[in-house]
Amino acid sequence: MTARLDASFAALSDATRRGVLEQLERSDASITELADKFHMTLTGMKKHVGVLENAGLVVTQKVGRVRTCRLGQRGLEEEAAWIERRRQVWDARFDELDKVVEDMKRKEKANGQKKR
Amino acid sequence: MGKRSDSRTAVERKSERELVVTRIFDAPVRIVYEAWTTPDLFKRWWAPKSSGMPLLSVEQDVRVGGGYRVVFSRGGSQTMAFFGKYIEVVPNARLVWTNDESDEGAVTTVTFEDKGEKTLLVLRELYPTKETLDASYVGMEDGMPEQFEQLDELLVTLVAGRS
Repeated sequence: MTARLDASFAALSDATRRGVLEQLERSDASITELADKFHMTLTGMKKHVGVLENAGLVVTQKVGRVRTCRLGQRGLEEEAAWIERRRQVWDARFDELDKVVEDMKRKEKANGQKKR
Repeated sequence: MGKRSDSRTAVERKSERELVVTRIFDAPVRIVYEAWTTPDLFKRWWAPKSSGMPLLSVEQDVRVGGGYRVVFSRGGSQTMAFFGKYIEVVPNARLVWTNDESDEGAVTTVTFEDKGEKTLLVLRELYPTKETLDASYVGMEDGMPEQFEQLDELLVTLVAGRS
């Protein structure tokens, strides 16, 4: 999963590629249409689409001379990333809570021994 | 994917509106409960260093109808406050509170289950809508890589676009 997330982060670190994803969210598009939309050369857009495709964010299909792009089926990975992000928040917090309760246990034990 | 074996915290999206966090603590319930309900103790763990947001103050009036207020520093003189009311308090068993800092805040339920010398802690957040849960936690990981925020923003857009 980490490798996939890395690929996703790398793919998303570029403003044009994020724009392409937003565009594809609205409708599928050919590489030529995307190149026009983002004022780029065909070669430049092909590179961006390639990065998105490697990350699994975009799927392309060539019919005749036209390569059409659409969003990849990333539902499960998206959900996993979403969950993982929240898990990290709670995990960090609860690691600290672990230390606090260990400390409380130690103090309680020390106090108990003094009373005896 | 799958569960990470080195992690002791499990997080599950139980429904469109509900997030459930589970963890076992190696201490009896009374100790864990005390750490959740005593401001001086709560302050020591609620904002881990990795969150990048130091805790400035914690006030807790732990009784039904009592309020709480947690204030974070956002750098310089900027602060951010989280506050609400306790709506259920069962000592050493259950806490329920509201999150009133936003109009669409979740209701948080924490249960403490006695497992002998250990405690099973289950925290549930119930959001008013799917969208508020989708967008939750944004801004909480200021110490985390920027890409995470970018990914999350995009995921929120994608999820919103599909529903």
